[in-house]
Amino acid sequence: MLQKSPKSLKSILIWTGVALVGAIAWGVIALSRGEKISAIWLVAAALGSYAIAYRFYSRFIVKRVLGADDTRATPAERLDNGVDFHPTDRRVVLGHHFAAIAGAGPLVGPVLAAQMGYLPGTIWIIVGVIFAGAVQDMVTLFFSMRRNGKSLGQMVRDEIGPVGGAAALIAVFAIMIILLAVLALVVVNALAQSPWGTFSIAMTIPIALFMGLYLRILRPGRVIETSVIGVVLLFLAIVGGGWVQNSSWAEAFTLSPQTLVICLVIYGFFASVLPVWMLLAPRDYLSTFMKIGVIGLLAIGVIIVAPQLQNEAVTDFALTGLGPVFSGSLFPFVFITIACGALSGFHSLIASGTTPKMIQKESQIRLVGYGAMLMESFVAIMALIAASILDPGLYYAMNIPVGVLGTTAESASAAVAGFGFTITPDALREAAAAVEEGSIIARTGGAPTLAVGIADILSAVFGGAAFKAFWYHFAIMFEALFILTTVDAGTRVGRFMLQDTLGNVWKPIGRVSWKPGLWGTSAVVVLAWGYFLYTGVTNPLGGINQLFPLFGIANQLLAAIALTLATTLLIKAGKLKWAWVTGIPLAWDVAVTLTASWQKVFHSDPRIGFFAQRERYADALAEGKVLAPAKSLDDMHAVVVNSTVDGVLAALFALLVVVVIANAALVCFRAIRARAPLPLTEAPYVESRIVAPAGLFPTADERRELAHAGVGRTEDETP
Amino acid sequence: MVRFTRWYLRELTGVNEYDRYLDRHRADPHGPLLSRREYERLRIDRQDADPGSRCC
Repeated sequence: MLQKSPKSLKSILIWTGVALVGAIAWGVIALSRGEKISAIWLVAAALGSYAIAYRFYSRFIVKRVLGADDTRATPAERLDNGVDFHPTDRRVVLGHHFAAIAGAGPLVGPVLAAQMGYLPGTIWIIVGVIFAGAVQDMVTLFFSMRRNGKSLGQMVRDEIGPVGGAAALIAVFAIMIILLAVLALVVVNALAQSPWGTFSIAMTIPIALFMGLYLRILRPGRVIETSVIGVVLLFLAIVGGGWVQNSSWAEAFTLSPQTLVICLVIYGFFASVLPVWMLLAPRDYLSTFMKIGVIGLLAIGVIIVAPQLQNEAVTDFALTGLGPVFSGSLFPFVFITIACGALSGFHSLIASGTTPKMIQKESQIRLVGYGAMLMESFVAIMALIAASILDPGLYYAMNIPVGVLGTTAESASAAVAGFGFTITPDALREAAAAVEEGSIIARTGGAPTLAVGIADILSAVFGGAAFKAFWYHFAIMFEALFILTTVDAGTRVGRFMLQDTLGNVWKPIGRVSWKPGLWGTSAVVVLAWGYFLYTGVTNPLGGINQLFPLFGIANQLLAAIALTLATTLLIKAGKLKWAWVTGIPLAWDVAVTLTASWQKVFHSDPRIGFFAQRERYADALAEGKVLAPAKSLDDMHAVVVNSTVDGVLAALFALLVVVVIANAALVCFRAIRARAPLPLTEAPYVESRIVAPAGLFPTADERRELAHAGVGRTEDETP
Repeated sequence: MVRFTRWYLRELTGVNEYDRYLDRHRADPHGPLLSRREYERLRIDRQDADPGSRCC
């Protein structure tokens, strides 16, 4: 006891310091009105809050609520087969898990949400991750780990019931299709009419094929060496893109959005039927390296440059709900739009996939589940900063749909002025010239805006203004690269789900090696997201504006399914008094998402409600009139069809989730009425023999244990 | 630090996996010993049946 007290005094001082830094940063953010503040305050508020939450709240959940038990062997230890189950160092699992959960979502969502000012986004990204997102990821990881790594769908079926299970399965599939379409739309909007970007991204295909062959034939297993070659080639492709843009080849790589859609659909089909080693695996290595590298660079850039935020703290659009980037007021749409950076339902699929089969010790879920999600949230904060340091006039000129802005610098400048912001036509042309793009007007989707922000920050640190165009295309390449990896993998996963489900009806389709089944199901999946992608690029009302809310709603509804499962499991295990830990984020998420779904389906304002929009355009169409921004009767037809499909889909998502929640409520009711806890499908207790630290750095006690077990002196424990 | 980074990258990318397989095989040999090429092929082809999701 006596020995411990000086250390705990030190720890109290450190944590008081951390809390002070966080509190001061929040104070600066909260109190500055009308004056510009430095982005560094956002970074400090985020890091301070994360540290406190990780140290105290996540520890409370792991120890008290879940009751993680380090004497209990994890599935990785019990079922170790050296293939999918094998105990892996916690820091390596953290790396794998972070690479799997981090994608374009936390980069794109905050950029769009910047329409409402930086404050609502910052608060939700930080508070949301602490109380909802990171909790969901960690708790799902825990429950799946206790069930030998079962998937979310299986757990819902086993623990809630077959009806809820079936609803969850359909929801996951439908959500996946919308996710792929929206992400592909972001890529299309970033590459359309940009020979530099299109060439660089096109080159990633031969680069990946080369890496695949190199790994297969020349140097099996030498992934690091292959990835280094790949990254060098990737940089050459970016530099080469600048050269292509100024050559006679430029025309061949200047593609319309429609052509890009066709290219992506064909690419997605082949990527899904080709063996993994040719395209998917090497692309995965590349995007993992790029992802970690760029996020690291950006963090360093933000801290060194400490740029001033140009965005307002809270814009009028937050209250009126009439923002041109996406419609709807702050509640619920800021939460829907930010999605992944604060709470992402998709993570529950990964937390119940490969990660739980690799964990060595139960308490490591804190580092892997909670920690990785805090990192993802930090990525979202940086994206919000990158969007908020841009001049608001430029931000709106890039993010309002083309139907409103027109295509010339003059028309865009006038349209932006109509929303109360100023940017001169010359400034717009200069901004495009600085990144060597033909035009940056109406480059919706978030990726180009983020790329301009990243280019501003990185060129201030590396290379100056002359390098701005390089960094812009570097950022575009980085986003497109991992969106395409998600599209590859997502199409494949969707195909497996379809094969699996249809295999119950007709056996041969279920067989993974039966080629016609493989091609057929791949084609169905590709055409499904391809359809939404195509409507996205042709919709006169703007694809991102229409589809992004649907994507956000879908993602948050999936989170509702995961949190429902977690709450049910806590109650079934007799831990009703702790059910608020997942129950409160669940209640909030359901309130937000069902409100958003309700508004998207029933709202009387045609800018928000899909069916009101349908009615407005259908009525005009019946009278033979053309309503702006539609330009022809065909456009009018397109709007009517799109609004109908989108409205039905929004209603379907909400309905499926309500079914799961209702089924779960029934189970919870029974569990509360029952005298003893209801039976769970947990794997039985087996004593663990592994000695491993729980957190990132081993404690003094853990070091002694490691040394005692004879594993503490290897290179991997002496960083 | 350099040693840790090297170890970490090798673990993260699975470069060390073949060595681990050799250890396992030595401790409990069943079936013929696979060469590095054969082993890496099997390892990557397993992903064909289970690609794993990537997130948004």
